[in-house]
Amino acid sequence: MSFVPGQPVTAVVQRIEIQKLRQGNNLILGFSIGGGIDQDPGQNPFSEDKTDKGIYVTRITSGGPADVAGLMMGDKIMQVNGWDMTMVTHDKARKRLTKKNEDVVRLLVTRKSLEEAVKHSMGGYPRP
Amino acid sequence: MDNESQYSGYSYKSSHSRSSRKHRDRRDRHRSKSRDSSSRGDKSVTIQTPGEPLLDAESTRGDDRDDNWGETTTVVTGTSEHSISNEDLTRVTKDLEESTPLECKRFIGPALGGCLSFFALVTPLAFLILPQVLWRDALEPCGTPCEGLYVSLAFKLLVLLISSWALFLRSPRATLPRFFVFRCLLMVLVFLFVASYWLFYGVRVLEPRERDYRGIVEYAASLVDALLFIQYLALVLLEVRHMQPAFCLKVVRSTDGASKFYNVGHLSIQRAAVWVLDRYYSDFTVYNPALLNLPKSILSKKMTGFKVYSLDESTTNNSTGQSRAMIAAAARRRDNSHNEYYYEEAEMDRRIRKRKARLVVAVEEAFTHIKRLHEDEAASSPKHPREVMDPREAAQAIFAPMARAMQKYLRTTRQQAFHSMESILTHLQFCITHNMTPKAFLERYLGPGPTMQYQQQGGRGRQWTLVSEEPVTSALRQGLVFSLRRLDFSLVVTVTSLPFLRLGEEFIDPKSHKFVMRLQSETSV
Repeated sequence: MSFVPGQPVTAVVQRIEIQKLRQGNNLILGFSIGGGIDQDPGQNPFSEDKTDKGIYVTRITSGGPADVAGLMMGDKIMQVNGWDMTMVTHDKARKRLTKKNEDVVRLLVTRKSLEEAVKHSMGGYPRP
Repeated sequence: MDNESQYSGYSYKSSHSRSSRKHRDRRDRHRSKSRDSSSRGDKSVTIQTPGEPLLDAESTRGDDRDDNWGETTTVVTGTSEHSISNEDLTRVTKDLEESTPLECKRFIGPALGGCLSFFALVTPLAFLILPQVLWRDALEPCGTPCEGLYVSLAFKLLVLLISSWALFLRSPRATLPRFFVFRCLLMVLVFLFVASYWLFYGVRVLEPRERDYRGIVEYAASLVDALLFIQYLALVLLEVRHMQPAFCLKVVRSTDGASKFYNVGHLSIQRAAVWVLDRYYSDFTVYNPALLNLPKSILSKKMTGFKVYSLDESTTNNSTGQSRAMIAAAARRRDNSHNEYYYEEAEMDRRIRKRKARLVVAVEEAFTHIKRLHEDEAASSPKHPREVMDPREAAQAIFAPMARAMQKYLRTTRQQAFHSMESILTHLQFCITHNMTPKAFLERYLGPGPTMQYQQQGGRGRQWTLVSEEPVTSALRQGLVFSLRRLDFSLVVTVTSLPFLRLGEEFIDPKSHKFVMRLQSETSV
């Protein structure tokens, strides 16, 4: 999940679609994010590479829209509705996720188990 | 001769002949060593510095000497302090023979320099006086300008005299093996100057009986100016040039590895050697040959070598194969001597600490027995007539209880060769006179001091040999190695040049010191 400056980032991602829940005046998604290019990457407990300044999911309220959609704690969010999340500030990420005129957010998330699953599935059986 | 007094410090049983024979052997060995070195072909030349060859020739005999004075000293009699045993006599005569004879060579240089400078100082006065004496009537009178010149001449001569006294009039502390190049250069320069001035004077003034006296006075004044400039040159070459550090010398003693680093300037090898020896006497701890060897119990368990038999008939090139095989086998065999060394060291440390504790307690108790008598106390207590003692007697009075502990401690730390009973008493007397505490008294014995502490004053000279592959008048440079050898150890000196420093500058605005907190926020969406 680390990046080499100048090279394109390659990752195995999962598409997750979350329906926002209306709670009073707010539309909530039911998870918390951490990280950003203005934050301290060394404090991130979920990242493999401690210089990774991406946006990570730090907490999921159980039963909330994110939990229902399949988001897991420790996921790194790569895109939100087509907008890139790998090089944004923390506040920008928050704003992208909490736009009042959107009901649905489509995330591309990546996690380590996805990579391993792909590797196993590709290397396990020989192609016919 | 020995008598039965308690204070004869070296009451031997039967070793007079043994000690004198040892002295003779040592002297012969020393002579043959110096002959060997001169025939070996490397340039080994001699440096002699003042001091006295006392301890290093004797210290290897320390184990044999009977130091039982602690056990025999029970009562202070005060009558038999001046007994001297046979061993003392032989030691004293050996010292006189072994110390370097007073050489005239030591004084030639300063004598020559002194003559030359006297000659140079007298010359301007001679220039002025000779015309007055020889043809006074024919001289033109010379008024105020001449008087001004007289005054300036007098003051310049005074300055020359005082600065020569301050800079050059010192007793030489070392004789160098080769000529001291700068000093010779300066003496030659002075000689040439003065000689050429006399030449011109003789040809231009004395011959035609010059009548312009003012010109003569100006001539003399120019000579004094030239002498002042030569003295400035001497100051720079002899005193100032070597002050700025340019090289780092590493000095290692060959026997026990004690090492020090020094920064010196541009010197020739022989001058650097003298410089190092000056520092050696006050920086290096004294050389104690008794501390060098591992205890015999560890080294005696030598691995017995085994013989290698070769089965084939050829005998060529077998020796290297044999020795390699033996070394390999020896390395594979389990060796426990390091274990024993470790435990032996620990045991030795413990023993030293125990004896030191006993010594410290004994000395503290001894010091409580006396106190200083003040002036007013003497008159005001007639009912307690206490015996009033001078420092020597007071020292003898309190020495007896601590003598045994002191002797045991010195023997454990192998220092007994450096401290005779007389020297301990003298030191005790010194400490009592100057109101020192027991700790201050013991400072001298608890750690090995610098070599200077064990010297005796008023000796003839210390013989050191400078061994070097380059001529000793060449200048120091990077990578040079020379060594200074004495009878039983040597100092190896390695020269490295100090690194060139590239100093950069960075300006920090005091307002630029600003800090922020590290962010790690978590937002719920």
